[in-house]
Amino acid sequence: MQIKPILAAMRRHKAGTILIGFQIALTLAIVCNALFIIHERMTRVSRPSGVNEKNLFVITNDWVGNLSDPQTAAQIRADLDALRQLGSVEDATAMNSFPLHGSGWDNYIRMKPDQIHMTTDSSIYMSDDHTLDTLGVKLVAGRNFTPNEIQALPIQQMTSWPVIIVSKDLAKLLFPKGDALGKQIYVTNNYTSSTIIGISDTLQSHMMDNDSNAYAYNAVLVPMRELGTGYVQYLVRARPGQLEAAMRDAPKALVAQSRMRIFEARDGVMTFAQVRAKAYERDYGMAILMGIVSVVLLAITAAGIVGLTSFWVGQRRRQIGVRRALGATQRDILSYFMTENMLIGLGGIVVGTLLALGINLWMVTHYGVAHLSGSYLLVAAIALLVLGQGAVFAPALRAARVPPIEVTRTV
Amino acid sequence: MFAYYLQLGLRSLKRNPVLTALMVMAIAFGVAASMITWSVFRVVAGNPIPWKSSQLYNVQVDNRGPQYDNPPNEPPEALNYTDAAALMRAHKAPRQTLFYDIAPAVLPTRPNDLPSTANGYATNADFFSMFDVPFKYGSPWTSAEDDSHAAVAVIGNELNEKLFGGANSVGRDVTLDMHTYRIIGVTERWDPKPRYYDVYDGMQFSDDLPQVYIVFNRAIDLHVRMSGRNNCGGAPMHIDNDEQWLHRECAWIPFWVELPTRAAAQTYQEFLIAYSAEQQRAGRFGWAPNVRLRNVTEWLAYEKVVPSESRISLFVSIGFFVICLVNTIGLLLAKFMRRSSEIGVRRALGATRREVYAQFLMEAGTVGLAGGVLGLLLTIVGMQGVGLLFEPDVAQLAQVDLSLLATTLVVAVVATVVAAFYPTWRAAQVQPAWQLKSS
Repeated sequence: MQIKPILAAMRRHKAGTILIGFQIALTLAIVCNALFIIHERMTRVSRPSGVNEKNLFVITNDWVGNLSDPQTAAQIRADLDALRQLGSVEDATAMNSFPLHGSGWDNYIRMKPDQIHMTTDSSIYMSDDHTLDTLGVKLVAGRNFTPNEIQALPIQQMTSWPVIIVSKDLAKLLFPKGDALGKQIYVTNNYTSSTIIGISDTLQSHMMDNDSNAYAYNAVLVPMRELGTGYVQYLVRARPGQLEAAMRDAPKALVAQSRMRIFEARDGVMTFAQVRAKAYERDYGMAILMGIVSVVLLAITAAGIVGLTSFWVGQRRRQIGVRRALGATQRDILSYFMTENMLIGLGGIVVGTLLALGINLWMVTHYGVAHLSGSYLLVAAIALLVLGQGAVFAPALRAARVPPIEVTRTV
Repeated sequence: MFAYYLQLGLRSLKRNPVLTALMVMAIAFGVAASMITWSVFRVVAGNPIPWKSSQLYNVQVDNRGPQYDNPPNEPPEALNYTDAAALMRAHKAPRQTLFYDIAPAVLPTRPNDLPSTANGYATNADFFSMFDVPFKYGSPWTSAEDDSHAAVAVIGNELNEKLFGGANSVGRDVTLDMHTYRIIGVTERWDPKPRYYDVYDGMQFSDDLPQVYIVFNRAIDLHVRMSGRNNCGGAPMHIDNDEQWLHRECAWIPFWVELPTRAAAQTYQEFLIAYSAEQQRAGRFGWAPNVRLRNVTEWLAYEKVVPSESRISLFVSIGFFVICLVNTIGLLLAKFMRRSSEIGVRRALGATRREVYAQFLMEAGTVGLAGGVLGLLLTIVGMQGVGLLFEPDVAQLAQVDLSLLATTLVVAVVATVVAAFYPTWRAAQVQPAWQLKSS
């Protein structure tokens, strides 16, 4: 196929050529950034929490009345006993926050008492000896808390946590040589150190904002039951297949213990699946929106190509007839239009690539999006070329079917 | 002539049904996507109190020192009790307010109801006048109640419905965390979006409207629990008594002042610097004064209140619309040029270029209108699905209203007419002689 005559013909209808090329360029720029956003969000959504999420649910319990600290501590103990005695419940624990929760307590982690800048930031999960079991997180080294290590007091009365368990990612970050067990670190601002007695398997932080991505797997379990907050969160693991029953039984068992409590109708009792959906709703929303935009955009671009090429075919029926009369085969005509579209598409892709990189660079500086990888450009470019060829095929076929006799007719 | 061209335009819609349908759909999708994302964006990026946003200032005072600043050189976003109380005492602004979030358990008034939790604020009298809180019954308390640490409360309309069936409850009692308060006022539903004054506690798009307001001084006396954010940075957390708890260098009290003029703001800024310098001399601050005074607009920008998701989706939708328009330019070009001979005949019969312009722009306008109407339907349908795309907090802000519908139509028509300029210009360039000859 000769390219020169095609280029010469393009010069005769510059506007249409430029419009299609520009449309392909813009589509490429937006679609590959949209695909990239989808990929980024989906990667985020699919990262593991470390928690065995099946059969797990959360009860947020607000206290009514001014319980004293010892009263609250006793009530929590009684509540947990009642929960664990339920036939449908495997284990239960009380925590201040949990992975994917979005809010909770994070604190600077330091290696020395007088260190001002943090070594890293980490979730602080106030836990007890049932926490790891309830969450379904295994210890990879060391030991669990013992019941008598658990302190129950308001945070402002806490002086130190002699022993802590850290997630394996945090352990590796602080002690790259893998000798974290038994070491001392500073997880409070009180100038007292804590000894690492256990290292847990992967455990995600409660922090869900993008600024905290670097700390996503930093977690410290401290042996404490926090009082004086006015509420407590129970995490409950149901026996396999008995999640529904457990979610029905648990609030009743708690109310039977004491009526002076509130479970908010909206989010008082939530399965962990609901927690997860809520944690990532922004990400799902973005991915869906970008998906819709990409599909509709590709459809519109294809439609635009069909429309303009049909117009060109209609405009050039006589020229096609002349070529056919002079011996061009149907295949020649078909490949003429296909090649023309391919050339415009390639031009659009060159411009579109620059645009896509420009948009990405702008998003990198303004929204902390990662750099666009070349494979997205490649995939989007190939998709657009294939789409263009597909769109042009029908009008090109119609062109190829123009009979040579056409040349003899006047319009 | 206008009516005639309109008629011609409508008729030509039927002439190339496929081409026309493509254009109409492209415009409809483009305008609908833009309008849906815009409807969310206009709320999240909106000015919640336009008549006053340049007179309300958030106050920041660095009470922890530069080594703890995050981001660097920026003071904490709220005050601790020591500074908040000192600035209240100094009373250097015509109005000033301070508050912290509370979430007490509310006892029901009817025996069979269950207790519930209500969000709200422990604050002072100026809160209501500074933020223009609308009242349904009664009125806010005054500085006299602030000074006497009075056991009075203002409740929200929704809580009033729940407890008193919507009746005027002024003078009745409400029990919050086992303490009794006399109701002095009931607010109307009050929901500025974003909730600029309480961004510190992450309430900018919260749909939990504040339902209880109690006197700050009394709340401190009673140790009413704070339910909001408490940022202690690197400050030690351990305390031995309540006095220490109050004076910890943790940030938990947002502080706002109302300053009528720029000059007053300047004076207040100088006062803050002088206050910090005094704290430095007294040995409490080991660093030079570092204070900020930001008005509502500056504060919302500093706190990056607009979620990046709504910004990105707005930009993507606008890009999408631009592509749809480029597509429309191409298709209009095809549609118009196909009628070169018709144009030739009209020109030969005496139509001026101007008239050709008028006719084809009108035709484009009808395409735009058709796209706008379809886009309107898509927008309305799409708004039902906004909940899938944005968090419920944000999604429920997006409302279909008349202005949105009108904007959709206007944008569709104007954009299409603008897109039609080039194809129309080409149509008007058609040489009558050429066309007549080749026929």
